[in-house]
Amino acid sequence: MASDMTAPILDALSASDAPLLSNEAFPSTPSLTVKSALDRLGSRQMIEYEAIDKDILTLTPEGEEIAANGSHEAKVFAAVVAALDGLKIADLPGIVGKDNAKIGQGNAFKRGWIKKDSDKLRATKESIVDETRELLLSVQSTKSLSDSKVLADLKRRKLVTVSKEITYKFSKGPKYAREFVKEETDLTPEMLASGSWKTANLKAYNFNAKGAPTPSGALHPLNKVRSEFRNIFFEMGFQEMPTNRFVETGFWNFDALFVPQQHPARDLQDTFYIADPLHADPPREDPVDDPHRLQLAQTSSETQNKPLDYQQYWDNVHEVHEKGKFGSIGYRYPWNADESLRLVLRTHTTSVSAYVLHQLAANPRPARFFSIDRVFRNEAVDATHLAEFHQIEGVIADFGLTLGGLIGFMEVFFKKMGIHQLRFKPAYNPYTEPSMEIFGYHEGLGKWVEIGNSGMFRPEMLESMGIPKGMQVYGWGLSLERPTMIKYGVSNIRELLGHKVDLNFIESNPAVRLEKE
Amino acid sequence: MPTISVDKAALFKELGRDYTTEEFDELCFEFGIELDEDTTDSDRPIVDGVQEPPQLKIEIPANRYDLLCFEGIQLMLNIFLGRKSLPEYKLVPPPNGQLQEIIVKEDTTKIRPYVSGAILRNVKFDAARYESFITLQDKLHQNLARQRTLVSIGTHDLDTIQGPFTYEALPPKDIKFAPLNQTQEMNGEELMNFYEKHQQLGKYLHIIRDSPVYPVIYDANRTVCSLPPIINGDHSKISLNTTNVFIEITALDRTKLEIVNRMMVTMFSQYTAEEFTIEPVRIVSEHNNETRITPDLTPRIAEAEVSYINQCCGLDLSAADISNRLTKMAFRAKPSSTKADIIEVEIPPTRADVLHQCDIMEDVAIAYGFNQLPRSFPSKSGTVAQPLPINKLTDIIRVEAAMAGWSEVLPLILCSHDENFAWLNRKDDGNTAVKLANPKTQEFQVVRTSLLPGLLKTIRENKAHSVPMKIFEVSDVAFKDMRLERKSRNERHFAAAWYGRTSGFEVVHGLLDRVMAMLRSAFITGEEGLQNPEAAHSEYFIKELDNPTYFAGHAASIHARIGGKEHVIGQFGILHPTVLEKYDLKLPVSTLEINIEPFL
Repeated sequence: MASDMTAPILDALSASDAPLLSNEAFPSTPSLTVKSALDRLGSRQMIEYEAIDKDILTLTPEGEEIAANGSHEAKVFAAVVAALDGLKIADLPGIVGKDNAKIGQGNAFKRGWIKKDSDKLRATKESIVDETRELLLSVQSTKSLSDSKVLADLKRRKLVTVSKEITYKFSKGPKYAREFVKEETDLTPEMLASGSWKTANLKAYNFNAKGAPTPSGALHPLNKVRSEFRNIFFEMGFQEMPTNRFVETGFWNFDALFVPQQHPARDLQDTFYIADPLHADPPREDPVDDPHRLQLAQTSSETQNKPLDYQQYWDNVHEVHEKGKFGSIGYRYPWNADESLRLVLRTHTTSVSAYVLHQLAANPRPARFFSIDRVFRNEAVDATHLAEFHQIEGVIADFGLTLGGLIGFMEVFFKKMGIHQLRFKPAYNPYTEPSMEIFGYHEGLGKWVEIGNSGMFRPEMLESMGIPKGMQVYGWGLSLERPTMIKYGVSNIRELLGHKVDLNFIESNPAVRLEKE
Repeated sequence: MPTISVDKAALFKELGRDYTTEEFDELCFEFGIELDEDTTDSDRPIVDGVQEPPQLKIEIPANRYDLLCFEGIQLMLNIFLGRKSLPEYKLVPPPNGQLQEIIVKEDTTKIRPYVSGAILRNVKFDAARYESFITLQDKLHQNLARQRTLVSIGTHDLDTIQGPFTYEALPPKDIKFAPLNQTQEMNGEELMNFYEKHQQLGKYLHIIRDSPVYPVIYDANRTVCSLPPIINGDHSKISLNTTNVFIEITALDRTKLEIVNRMMVTMFSQYTAEEFTIEPVRIVSEHNNETRITPDLTPRIAEAEVSYINQCCGLDLSAADISNRLTKMAFRAKPSSTKADIIEVEIPPTRADVLHQCDIMEDVAIAYGFNQLPRSFPSKSGTVAQPLPINKLTDIIRVEAAMAGWSEVLPLILCSHDENFAWLNRKDDGNTAVKLANPKTQEFQVVRTSLLPGLLKTIRENKAHSVPMKIFEVSDVAFKDMRLERKSRNERHFAAAWYGRTSGFEVVHGLLDRVMAMLRSAFITGEEGLQNPEAAHSEYFIKELDNPTYFAGHAASIHARIGGKEHVIGQFGILHPTVLEKYDLKLPVSTLEINIEPFL
């Protein structure tokens, strides 16, 4: 350290129990140097100090000149007195200078020190007191002025300038000692080895500051919420569905779900169609070597799987749309096979639920499935819409399921994510009947918020697959983004998904505990 | 879902009482419609010095066409509240017994084959009813009729025209008339040019524009009534003073045609002198066996099983009780006199949404109250909780990468063709990427075949972040695969990118080593390692790679040998400076990308 002021400060205080002022004790030391020493001593309570702001007045060059040689008017008066028989006005600038003559003459008149006698100036007093000079002399020595009005006048006349000066008033602290013992910054292996830790004076820790930032990787906030939802499904005994299939056929994405071919969801405005490859095959068995083939656990069921008849399924779907079947009058329109074989980016993961339920139809038995994966909509992008988002979907199949069971299940399911009050609104969905919109009471917003859709899949969809009439299937879905946005107060979906997400947000987002508010 | 605006005071007058916003919201909620907005306290528009009265904006389920107008909403809510019962709609021929006719010419099959008609006699319009009549047509056109493509409606002052009418298809030049609210006559071709830029009509022209023949409806004196689905003639336009309304409807879809007819007449026959009476129209259409009298308002009799309804609702109601509750939902129902467990339900002409007994079952549940249903908890399941194997593997890698100090990102799956190919100095061989047909922007042209574009865009958007930036993603790409039903398959990839003041080459290499170690894959070098019988779970090695995506001499292909089978699973390297330039990146980038599926 260039000049450690800790020792001089402790020395100065040893002689005085009264507080000292830094500008008096160390007039020539820069105040920053003093301050850093005071801080070090202060953090150890060896001293106490406070900073005092003070205005310092300094004379301008013009002010200095007046303090040294008198005011303009005093100089004029002196010149007039010196000329025994009055002073010719025209001679004045030559004697006192042009500036002095101009300002000084007027001021001397105003003060009644001189008078005009035709072309001459004559003194009206024998002697005068030069107040301006006295005032400036006093400012020069005290660097201060109590009368603010006078100060303002001097500033206006550009005779003084004002600057700030910080001085420190310091005194002995509770742990004052004459000697400043050098502190160790940290406990070191050497100190442990030498035993010097016993006498070492460790620098006090600043308990008001944060610790050193720890280098860290991070999982994406949306995926953290996804993990929570997956855990909830696992806790409730669900098997994850194979949703690793972005491209679907019109058949699986729409027709199998009893969505008619003229439904607005099938518009180019809403669904991404695929240009290349162009046509799909009708539904058929997956290749046996497909590593993602659905593996359904054979638990207590002793019944054997019967082979799935894909042609029959296709024909059933055709018929149930066009003419009606399974107790339904159908939509009664000419069903077009080509429309069913168009390829699309799946608009929902329900296409995969349909695939899985069809597999289940080989051996219908109680089952629970879920998935959380990306879906695609050809929507205009704005703060709440992206062309991609995640859909959370749950499916429960069983014989004799009731609507009250769906409501009861939803209450348990949503309770696990901290939503305790639900109500259910009748709604419309082409592939569920009854359909219920789920509203949850949001404590923070103080209102009911739509949090998901649910229902029982239509018999037209299930019986076409070969699911027997007595088996009901619940389906429900919600987006992953919406509850995340509500939970974390994110107003723009682009701040949550996609390449525009702020990496700092990813790295600082806390762990997700859905059951806690 | 369509949203309908109704006059608040008028609706509450019909419902016989005032509701607070909350009370009305609750009623809507229970019935299955949604109060979107009550404009009582909003800034309402002022038209001709008069402020619009408070409106209720109500969202209607997409299949309830009977709720698309004030008349339907008030009627169905009144029935739900038990204040009204479903009207008996009656077809009443004119006193002379002579039905109006629409004679269909065979050429119409070339463009719009179906037509239907009806007449409302002695209708009394006022301003509100007239506006509602126009708005319902508009809502039906937009929703059920799919922007007039499937069905379109023309309404006419019957006293200005004379039957029998003909429905024909003629070359555009041969059709000449003054369209609605125009004085000058024009032929079909001129009409297309005239309306080309029209804000409302311009979007419908495409439906027939390029056809050699246009559909047209003439009266007996060759007056053009309408040029469906574009516009009516000016001659027969209806007004507030019209009392006899001729409705003609043309369509591509026969089912929707009749639904539209039934909606129009059931909703507005409440304003005829004799309430709920409709004069039918005879359609003469021998060539396609469509000769018939329209509309058909006979209720369809559907059967519903009491046991099915009770089972699905979790209730134990008697057949009589169910029948009784169904009247709240505008059905007439009674227990079957011949079959046990069956109730016979009259599906009124207003309810096009009922296809199956499940629709009736839902209405029983609504009438009972969803939120009053006895609750239970389904506890039986034959499924064992288990993750999808590829997702379990994904989670292992995600967690390992994050523990190694890398941050997970989640870019989009769709990207531009250039981002996926040219910007990475990669060529499209036409057999790789799935390409979209109808994206709205360049950003969404292909399904990515690599995770790199998303990672690089994420870095580009985060340049303010401190360096080095270390990011990763484990997610799906998709490839064309003509062997499969869907002609495409997903593949799960792991990719990482480093962005910093040094190239980071050995850092991404280190990340690869770490992840491989965690997957029990042992690093081996060259032939010597391959001979090593001390095989761990699997082995991997890298080879120098000459590839234009990467800086020469600083790239490697990654090879894994799993169960004796060798896979080239990916690549890593320092990105070529031309790639950085395309992605607008100023500092060196090293990337790693592997297919993780062989480790399944």
